[in-house]
Amino acid sequence: MTELLQQVINGLSMGAIYALIALGYTMVYGVLRFINFAHSDVFMLGAFVAYYTARAFGRWGFVMGGYLGGIAILLLSMTACAVVGIVIERLAYRPLRRRSTLTVLITAIGVSLLLQNGGQLVFGVNPKAFPDIFPSSTLNLGGLVINSNQLVVLGVAIALLSALHWIVQHTRIGTAMRAVSFNATAASLVGIDTNRIISFTFGMGSALAGAGGVLYAMNYPSIEPLMGNSPGLKAFIAAVLGGIGSLPGAALGGMLLGFVETGVSGTRWSTFRDAIAFAILIGILLFRPAGLLGRNRVEKV
Amino acid sequence: MLELKNLTVQYGAITALQDVSLRLDRGEIVTLIGGNGAGKTTTLRAISGLLKPRSGSIWYEGNDITGRPPHKLVAQGLAHCPEGRMVFANLTVLENLRMGAYLQRDRRVIEKELEFVRSLFPRLRERESQLAGTLSGGEQQMLAIGRALMSQPRCLLLDEPSLGIAPLLTQTIFEKITELNRVRGLSILLVEQNANLALAVSHRAYVIECGRILLSGPASEVKSNPQVRDAYLGGG
Repeated sequence: MTELLQQVINGLSMGAIYALIALGYTMVYGVLRFINFAHSDVFMLGAFVAYYTARAFGRWGFVMGGYLGGIAILLLSMTACAVVGIVIERLAYRPLRRRSTLTVLITAIGVSLLLQNGGQLVFGVNPKAFPDIFPSSTLNLGGLVINSNQLVVLGVAIALLSALHWIVQHTRIGTAMRAVSFNATAASLVGIDTNRIISFTFGMGSALAGAGGVLYAMNYPSIEPLMGNSPGLKAFIAAVLGGIGSLPGAALGGMLLGFVETGVSGTRWSTFRDAIAFAILIGILLFRPAGLLGRNRVEKV
Repeated sequence: MLELKNLTVQYGAITALQDVSLRLDRGEIVTLIGGNGAGKTTTLRAISGLLKPRSGSIWYEGNDITGRPPHKLVAQGLAHCPEGRMVFANLTVLENLRMGAYLQRDRRVIEKELEFVRSLFPRLRERESQLAGTLSGGEQQMLAIGRALMSQPRCLLLDEPSLGIAPLLTQTIFEKITELNRVRGLSILLVEQNANLALAVSHRAYVIECGRILLSGPASEVKSNPQVRDAYLGGG
């Protein structure tokens, strides 16, 4: 029983991170119908921005290790990533707006390689130890071991998911996002500047990826410029699993994948963790090609 | 109010519009009739900025608007209700209408326009919380027109409002179109396959064929033109 609960907690915090990244993939897909492969590298940048900010805060004598400091670092990382995401879209993708999806996809791979290699050049290739940006302690509840960071991950993820849901469902710009994702031509005919909505979408998705990067680094305390690859791929799977283009789908897919992974890790087949995750993906897509919550071209973003 | 001067539009090597000139005066309903693929929809798409013309110019309220993007034209009071309705099926009816007033920041104005659209199409009021994708074709057409009206246009480009709609609803929609023109002084450029219906509500008409304007004149004259009778009015 304790074992099971333990896995549930581990799965929740892993799944929450996948969910945050998966949302970015699915949002961009919703408005532009392509997979932004550079997304996982924005995730990596989030972790690095947090790393350098934490060091700078320390040097300037700010109170470190408190919750306020942690939140400040998190928000700064998210803002930086939002800017990076918007700039990437403006420079790399917007000039290709009328080209085929394949052209944009290959460009996205190029941007991804640029960020990875640029990261190795600027940050160095050696893994760096990620500092405790939130107060870290281990709670022991009757055999159940919970790291306080896992709770922070969950809290932050829930807060961000709620905020996103509110923005998309209840604000003018969120409604415009849904409109653009359904039909960009019709959206422009009611006066929506689709380019601005696309920028906004990239900004939001990238901010979530940045937050994901920081949270990931907190639980796997070393970071390096290629760290985005594996979680990025997993989050992409999560987005497809949930139904690409569907926001609740991405959140559900991320959580599901987190559970499966940690669940398998706890058994004697732990070395097959990734294989099992992929097998489930293939299985679900065989029976539901649109993903779990994908409704074949309806209800996008 | 709206004038096209020698407009030519090409899709790749195919010429869709050749040297098209036409005019819509303030307070008029002008209809553009012609067969499938004659260039009716292309004309509207070029005006609202969805297509870039090869040559020629488009003038609206004294300004050259050639090549201006659609969202900027909406701000100037030029609305385009597109062919196939294009309602946001994933949004509720009310959200669709509110999106129509996307550029309007004054809540009171939005509420006033909403009330106007509701009074024009009472059917929409009953369906406000439904997803637009669940509406019937006729209701979606009402929604598309209502959404276009939410931006408080002075000029409306209306593409095939009768397409795929039950005859009774078509009647209703055309009554509303004339009402909008009479009561609000809305200028309307109407594209319609059902030439009988279109000519009955219009002041003037242009006949377009293979991307060229064939003839034009007051609706009653165009209606009695033998060529038009044979080709578009079922020989009646």
